[in-house]
Amino acid sequence: MAMSRALQLSREDLLRAYRQMRTIREFEERVHAEFATGEIPGFVHLYAGEEASAVGVCMHLTDKDAIASTHRGHGHCIAKGCDVQGMMAEIYGRKSGLCAGKGGSMHIADVSKGMLGANGIVGGGAPLACGAALAAKTLKTGGVAVAFGGDGASNQGTTAESMNLATVWKLPVIFVLEDNGYAESTASGWSVGGDAIKRAEGFGIPGVRVDGHDFFAVHDAAGEAIERTRSGGGPSFLHLKLNRYYGHFEGDGQAYRRDGEVARLRAEIDTLDRFRRRVTEAKLLGEDDLAGVDREVLALIDDSVRTAKSAAAPKSADLLTDVYLSY
Amino acid sequence: MSKKSFRQAINEALAQEMERDPRVVIMGEDIAGGLGAPGEDDAWGGVLGVTKGLMGKFGRERVLDTPITESGFIGAAAGAALRGLRPVAELMFVDFMGVCFDQIFNQAAKFRYMFGGKATTPLVIRTMFGAGFRAASQHSQCLYPIFTHIPGLKVVIPSSPYEAKGLLIQAIRDDDPVVFFEHKVMYDVEEEVPDEPYAIPFGEARFVREGEDVTIVAFGRMVTMASQAAEALAKEGVSCSVIDPRTTSPLDLPSILESVRETGRLVLVDEASPRCNLATDISAQVAEQAFDALKAPIRMVSPPHTPVPFAPALEDEFVPNAEKIAAAVRATMRAPSKQAAE
Repeated sequence: MAMSRALQLSREDLLRAYRQMRTIREFEERVHAEFATGEIPGFVHLYAGEEASAVGVCMHLTDKDAIASTHRGHGHCIAKGCDVQGMMAEIYGRKSGLCAGKGGSMHIADVSKGMLGANGIVGGGAPLACGAALAAKTLKTGGVAVAFGGDGASNQGTTAESMNLATVWKLPVIFVLEDNGYAESTASGWSVGGDAIKRAEGFGIPGVRVDGHDFFAVHDAAGEAIERTRSGGGPSFLHLKLNRYYGHFEGDGQAYRRDGEVARLRAEIDTLDRFRRRVTEAKLLGEDDLAGVDREVLALIDDSVRTAKSAAAPKSADLLTDVYLSY
Repeated sequence: MSKKSFRQAINEALAQEMERDPRVVIMGEDIAGGLGAPGEDDAWGGVLGVTKGLMGKFGRERVLDTPITESGFIGAAAGAALRGLRPVAELMFVDFMGVCFDQIFNQAAKFRYMFGGKATTPLVIRTMFGAGFRAASQHSQCLYPIFTHIPGLKVVIPSSPYEAKGLLIQAIRDDDPVVFFEHKVMYDVEEEVPDEPYAIPFGEARFVREGEDVTIVAFGRMVTMASQAAEALAKEGVSCSVIDPRTTSPLDLPSILESVRETGRLVLVDEASPRCNLATDISAQVAEQAFDALKAPIRMVSPPHTPVPFAPALEDEFVPNAEKIAAAVRATMRAPSKQAAE
């Protein structure tokens, strides 16, 4: 196996990667626990287990780059720099939330950070990413756009249309397929016809299949794809095979999964465990470094939940604002 | 000032705004046309020639032909609007909205609200609508009531070349998503249109004609029909106001109410299918807010609740016209006034 370029990341970058992945994990584990108390309204789709994708991709991006996300968007938000306190407050429907409590889990966004929104519509994001890429190209910002989508979205016409449009318009857009094996409760082995890489290649877009639990593999592949696209090489495609630890939404009993499937995933191929092992075995980071990050992250999430719970709800006057700029 | 067609007025508005603001780009199926084919690059300039010549003036980077992929490019226009462009997307026939509706009503329309007021989506979608072109059921609908129904969208229906230029310039300068409806039968209609750019504000109705007996409210091509009806009725001694709201969202309800309070009679003319259209919407609001002013039941002139037929004999029967409007006005004049009934 060739040496991963990501293993040559600076100590600072490795710590950043771990901090972001740990933040996503802790955020989701905590939302899972708090959701069960009934205090979080609506419904949430958790990203735990898929951290290497969001972080491995977004580490190559800056605020001039945009991403379009999915209903399972918390990880993308954190990796793209959304404020964690604001996200938690948003999930609780608070006025102090990142979207003033009007969006909720499925619509968290921060356009100023290039995060164009989680998205309640499966397949809704890919055309938006093409638009962000068009803006970057037309305004010559040097930016790229990433369209995250799951195996479910891969079957939507919007995904196919966007890939074709990206090729025809030569857009700086990278399509990232987060294939967690289930489109809601339906196995992708049944619902996805043909081969994802060949589909992309059919549109003239080169694709790479990567182990989505391996941060280093994702970081390497995303780095190459984004570099290629950013330098004018046209759209790129990544097929990340990964798994989610929780159901399609919180409350999903997951009767469609094998007994012990998630426990085995957590024990054998957990993204964070693998990261820890790799960096400590290679003596790039020490256990103390990682434990320090764990403590920091735990404190941040604790504080986010505490603050969100005590924050004010929006007022009735807020119902009518922000529909239009002028009307 | 010179005589310009509805088509030329729209083309001029696009050109002048593209000239003024480099962030304005236009996109759509065949808006240039011919790309990659052996003949002219700018072969069509839109299916009815509205954008002809713009590619030559502004280049392919700002005049973007698209594949036939409505969800893809309307969504791309929405995403580009979030990131600093001011796209004007042409969706050839409004009937095709069915293919890409998600990107309009779940995405573009809601960004600002869902994101807590921290997103701006200066997007214009131009689209053709209306019957009278012998284009049958999938190329002739109005559908603007559906867009009017969606919070976050603005909906514009110009009724003449002058209106089209000023309202399109306003649409492009507006920071909210706008759906701009062009009646396909009107492209060759001509009138005096100023050469210089001008913007007509949204939500301010135009009083096409002032009268004392009946208020007629009409949209788009129906404004012309209503004016013809008013002309004919004047000879019978019936004096009509004709109001063109210009935009259905926002809607200038105060102007309509003001006129109804003066005349006491209201006829609503709407080319859209009769259920849940603008006529029923305005009728409900007037009944709620000015019931006391009404001397007679409100009348609505709309097509029957059928798809738009193909056969010329049927389509002519389907579309409201000046005669049907005049008949509705006469009916409201004959209706016993409230005072008489008491």
